[in-house]
Amino acid sequence: MAYDKFTILKSTAVPMPIENVDTDQIIPARFLKATSRVDFDKNLFRDWRYNNDDSPKADFVLNNPIYSGKILVGGRNFGSGSSREHAAWAIYDYGFRCVVSSFFADIFKGNALNIGILPVQVSEDFLHKIFTAIEADPKAELEINLPAQTVTILATGESESFAINGYKKNNMINGYDDIDYLQSMKAEISDFADKSLY
Amino acid sequence: MSAPKSLFDKVWDAHVVRKIEDGPDVFLIDRHFIHEVTSPVAFLGLESRGLGVLFPNRTFATADHNTPTINQHLPVQDPLSANQLKALETNSAKYGISHWGLGHAKNGIVHVVGPENGITLPGMTIVCGDSHTSTHGAFGAIAFGIGTSEVEMVLSSQCIMQPKPKKMRVTINGKLGKGVLPKDVTLFIISKLSAAGATGYFCEYAGDVFENMSMEGRMTVCNMSIEMGARGGMIAPDETTFAYLKGREQAPKGEAWERALAYWKTLKTDEGTVFDIEYTFDAAEIEPQITYGTNPGLGTGISQNIPQAANVLDGAASYAKSLNYMGFAENEQIIGKAIDYVFLGSCTNGRIEDFRAFASIVKGRKKADNVTAWLVPGSHIVESQIKEEGILDILTEAGFALRQPGCSACLAMNDDKIPAGKYAVSTSNRNFEGRQGPGARTLLASPLVAAAAAVTGKVTDPREFL
Repeated sequence: MAYDKFTILKSTAVPMPIENVDTDQIIPARFLKATSRVDFDKNLFRDWRYNNDDSPKADFVLNNPIYSGKILVGGRNFGSGSSREHAAWAIYDYGFRCVVSSFFADIFKGNALNIGILPVQVSEDFLHKIFTAIEADPKAELEINLPAQTVTILATGESESFAINGYKKNNMINGYDDIDYLQSMKAEISDFADKSLY
Repeated sequence: MSAPKSLFDKVWDAHVVRKIEDGPDVFLIDRHFIHEVTSPVAFLGLESRGLGVLFPNRTFATADHNTPTINQHLPVQDPLSANQLKALETNSAKYGISHWGLGHAKNGIVHVVGPENGITLPGMTIVCGDSHTSTHGAFGAIAFGIGTSEVEMVLSSQCIMQPKPKKMRVTINGKLGKGVLPKDVTLFIISKLSAAGATGYFCEYAGDVFENMSMEGRMTVCNMSIEMGARGGMIAPDETTFAYLKGREQAPKGEAWERALAYWKTLKTDEGTVFDIEYTFDAAEIEPQITYGTNPGLGTGISQNIPQAANVLDGAASYAKSLNYMGFAENEQIIGKAIDYVFLGSCTNGRIEDFRAFASIVKGRKKADNVTAWLVPGSHIVESQIKEEGILDILTEAGFALRQPGCSACLAMNDDKIPAGKYAVSTSNRNFEGRQGPGARTLLASPLVAAAAAVTGKVTDPREFL
């Protein structure tokens, strides 16, 4: 599925200073029953976001109108657990284009990059600065500059660089995906596969 | 002379079709398993791009996540689940993929049926849209979970694009104590490394504890590798592996077997290989384990008290949130905690040995009245073994019933949900908030700990019964 190209994103951010946000929290298994990519955003953080009677939980950050934006800032080890890409779809379809954390689980990170969410890994110290800035002013903006590979807290000017491999960076900037790339080398793959033991 | 290589390097390097500079490796997949939950959108993607399935005979479909565990002969009641199961059947038929759906004699949890039918072999690369694909590493395969975009890649090109993970080795030597099962070994490792401690790594397990383990035990250990963040885990194939595979339906036969065997015997880490990180533990340190928090790293020996915040690797606020959800407090004893449910099953502990272990404790005893127990075999083949070995009679005599195969209460996608606030001792792999049902409180443990809880109605040290 095509996604929006990503270059420079300037946005307010939604703070979620919780560690080990696993994909069962991002989207519980009982909401994985669709056979097409529809409505996953409605169940993003379902059990943290809604009570059993479907009324919103007032103290959950997505229900707090003072926070908004295209950047989700999470605690350490974001996206652990299940491989469900539905978690990344729910985040993207809700309107986030970037998740910032001090540490990402591998599968989530891969899924995010494959569908057009930029995972930005920062130091524990810089993550703390971001949370502090948003706490001081919920309208504080962050700038994510993918070509320069930097994240900046605009209110203070504090900035940190982040890592991403050149191939994936190019994909995100141009809206390419791996499937296109693999199709372009199908003959090479078939030759290789013919020689493999299995 | 070439540099020494690890088991992981040998298998990985043999599957790299192309290396991209400052990018991932294009990586060939030997076996691809699909199930009903993470594949439908991948098939939609193929259609919208006008692509086909490149090697349909290298993909295997089984229905497991969403299937009911009672009355499987009746139509599936939940229309959404029924629709997903139907989509898997239709897509498999359309593209010529082998499909073991609900009711098929070989149906079961994907990570149980792959090995037991000889689809999983040493030296393979294996993926599935399920994080517990790491299970297959028990055979010396590189096996890991992938997302739906990658399922689409494998279907259309038999490849995915992966940066090569770093290498970790966990070595445990010595003799395991009484009542200590492979599940305890893996929960122990995860409690030492934390739920994120192996992120970015692929883990090899070495030492005589793993060498002396059965294939079922090795599968339990490799299965849980993802719970410490590792992409996968693997154990070098040996005589135990070969004996398990010989004669399995899809394992090589005759000359092909001999050729394969010669290759498999080369699949071990060379002397002098340097790992990015190594951990070593002593088997004697490990007692039966149980978790008390909401990630698999929050576990401890069953005789210990719940640790204080200062002694865990998670931050204080997250730890407090976790204990609050569980209704536990720091320094409390875990033994003696009343429980409501017991779940024996899942791709972690739904194999024949797990049922044997459970039966060894409940034999001649009775299920506690306050406990609801769900005993779910990992496959129909496991179910048959349970009956043939007389285990079903032992379970029935003790007041337990056997359900039909599937993922069941491990992720509670079907009707097998633990009610809010209730405590479940579960042999599955995740104790996340709401994992076994909204508000459910999960304590992960071995089949022996589950059995001891099932007959006493509370958390009990299984060594009392052995």
